[in-house]
Amino acid sequence: MTAVDLRVAQRPNAPMTTYRYDEYDAAFVSERVAEFREQVNRRLSGALTEEEFRPFRLMNGLYLQLHAYMLRVAIPYGTLTARQMRRLADIADRWDKGYGHFTTRQNLQYNWPKLVDTPDILESLADVEMHAIQTSGNCIRNVTADHFAGVAPDEIEDPRPTAEFLRQWSSLHSEFSFLPRKFKIAVTGAAHDRAAILVHDIGLRVVKNDTGEIGYQVVVGGGLGRSPFIGKVVGDFVPREDLLAFLEAILRVYNRFGRRDNKYKARVKILVHEKGIDEIRAAVEAEFAAMDRSAFDHDPEEFARIAAFFAPPPYESLPATSALLRAAKLETPAFANFVDVNVGAHKIPGYAIVTVSLKPIGGVPGDATSEQMRVLAEASERFGFGELRVSHEQNIILPHVKQDDLFALWSMLDAAGLATANAGLVSDIISCPGLDYCSLATARSIPIAQAISKRFSDMSRQRRIGKLGVKISGCINACGHHHVGAIGILGLEKKGQESYQITLGGDPTFSASIGEILGPGVTAEQVPDVVEHLVDYYLAEREEGEAFIDTWRRIGHARFKDVLRREGEDGADI
Amino acid sequence: MPVFKHPQILIASNLTDGEVVFLGPSGWERDHRRARVARKADEAAALEALGKGDISANRVVDVYLADVEIGSDGAPTPLHYREKMRVKGPSVRLDLGKQAGEGAL
Ligand code: HEM
Ligand code: SF4
Repeated sequence: MTAVDLRVAQRPNAPMTTYRYDEYDAAFVSERVAEFREQVNRRLSGALTEEEFRPFRLMNGLYLQLHAYMLRVAIPYGTLTARQMRRLADIADRWDKGYGHFTTRQNLQYNWPKLVDTPDILESLADVEMHAIQTSGNCIRNVTADHFAGVAPDEIEDPRPTAEFLRQWSSLHSEFSFLPRKFKIAVTGAAHDRAAILVHDIGLRVVKNDTGEIGYQVVVGGGLGRSPFIGKVVGDFVPREDLLAFLEAILRVYNRFGRRDNKYKARVKILVHEKGIDEIRAAVEAEFAAMDRSAFDHDPEEFARIAAFFAPPPYESLPATSALLRAAKLETPAFANFVDVNVGAHKIPGYAIVTVSLKPIGGVPGDATSEQMRVLAEASERFGFGELRVSHEQNIILPHVKQDDLFALWSMLDAAGLATANAGLVSDIISCPGLDYCSLATARSIPIAQAISKRFSDMSRQRRIGKLGVKISGCINACGHHHVGAIGILGLEKKGQESYQITLGGDPTFSASIGEILGPGVTAEQVPDVVEHLVDYYLAEREEGEAFIDTWRRIGHARFKDVLRREGEDGADI
Repeated sequence: MPVFKHPQILIASNLTDGEVVFLGPSGWERDHRRARVARKADEAAALEALGKGDISANRVVDVYLADVEIGSDGAPTPLHYREKMRVKGPSVRLDLGKQAGEGAL
């Protein structure tokens, strides 16, 4: 066996989607499913107690929630094939309640699986090269990537080969299955950050140096949760051949200094915050210089093998703009709005990137029915080389649509209730499941999202307001990214009631910032009023070209706080 | 032991399907209105002991006592909004869960 074969043979984890299973991966996943079936049987027969069984079920993505079990299915780097999307729909119909929830971690959650059925569900997933591994536990979680990977015009390089390369590396290292806490990595290869890399434990940004060589800017110590932090740069330019060794050095420093005594303090972000980035950088550099790096030698052959799986589809050569598209826009204003808001530029002339919003006005953010999943699968086959992406904004992306086909695609989506033209607007809200499903929640989050969405149901008003990220979490774990919402909403319990804390000024991109608290908590009924007042104030104050966050940064938090205070005095009882 | 302020019922999740269940006069019920009510600390402790027994017997998981109030019909309703949700189902999907008559033991 060559070194590459050996590495593949030992790989104790399964990749998926455009990165296709080889026989080792397939065998590994089947083994895991068989093993879990056995564990479930032993649990049902009483041979395993819940305490003994719990780690096994979590390793397979199965949680116990408020009303039922919940199964979290991995969608690495958010990439799905049409066949996989159809299988997700079939599973929803056969073993769940006809729908699924796409999450901000680019996963899919089923809300109602029965314990007895989960081995069958996992087997059905394995059949289309999917699984629920590394969606839970103190391991390196699924590596996430820009959902416009491979198609964005602002991209230096597709981040997915790097993400897959890292996934294989991290799966190989059993010592990293026993980290002090879970560990999240995100990669982007573009000039704009759509993967929120500054709020991950490790964020990687593909960069080019003066000589044109490709490397990575490495950011460490970001995160949300109860103590949010923006990551700090630990390596400005790490050449590709040093990447694994460099990351290994970071993990060693973390394993050496990281706190295992307190699970809230065990995240790398706390280490970076307590020691300071300069000390961490020095420790990482010293470790990197001293370690035996031969075990982490870059394997260009393996990298190229992985990259080949992400090769572009067979694009046609087309004119840069489409006369058909122009005519259809003139004829159908609703379509024109959809194109203006949900369709983005593609790096290949004549193509476009389409965001299909899973945020209909008043709907549950991120939920899709099995019927809608099938429509999306078919749309991707007819108009997009059978490929789909899940974005961390909980939407679905069709990454390669011919501009000439946009009108036909829109008509098909519209008929299925999937043509809401609100990508990036105030009703494109990220929301975690909150107390409607989640056993950790302190308050509901979905109904808040629905109420805000309905308040801004006038789409022309939404377009006038422009880009505005509203993000809602149902507890301090921050799964709904509220810390990085331009308007963030956190559901808490206050005196036995649901209460909502509002923050302003969060930003998940390269200009990342954590939101600042606006004032005392408000009730669920008050949230849409407060959001509306804030938005109206922004509209009154904004200067040409400013998004909400820009105006907030320019005029300052205090002015927005005054809005809330004045409203309170006016009798709005806030 | 915490101060006993309100009547309590015992809530759990059914092992095989995760459905929310309540300890009734003769075993686990899916309808909270049929739950046995503890009106004193020692009654609550007895309920908990029964629940622990059923954890060991691998019937249920995640067992705990919840405060309730007793309606004029004698049926208990949870006091906290979290358990109020658990006896119904998701407030955003009224077509699903106990509130829609789903589930069975
Ligand atoms: C419903 C079951 C869920 C449970 C039990 C759960 C649990 C948790 C917990 C305990 C944390 C805190 C981690 C920490 O601070 O170390 C966390 C973080 C997170 N969760 Fe969830 N979660 C759930 C659902 C979701 C969903 C649906 C999403 C996506 C919409 C999500 C996305 C995230 C993200 C992005 C973080 C990262 C916060 C960070 O960087 O620290 N989770 N989750
Ligand atoms: S933020 Fe809290 S309520 Fe929301 S999904 Fe995460 S753990 Fe559950």
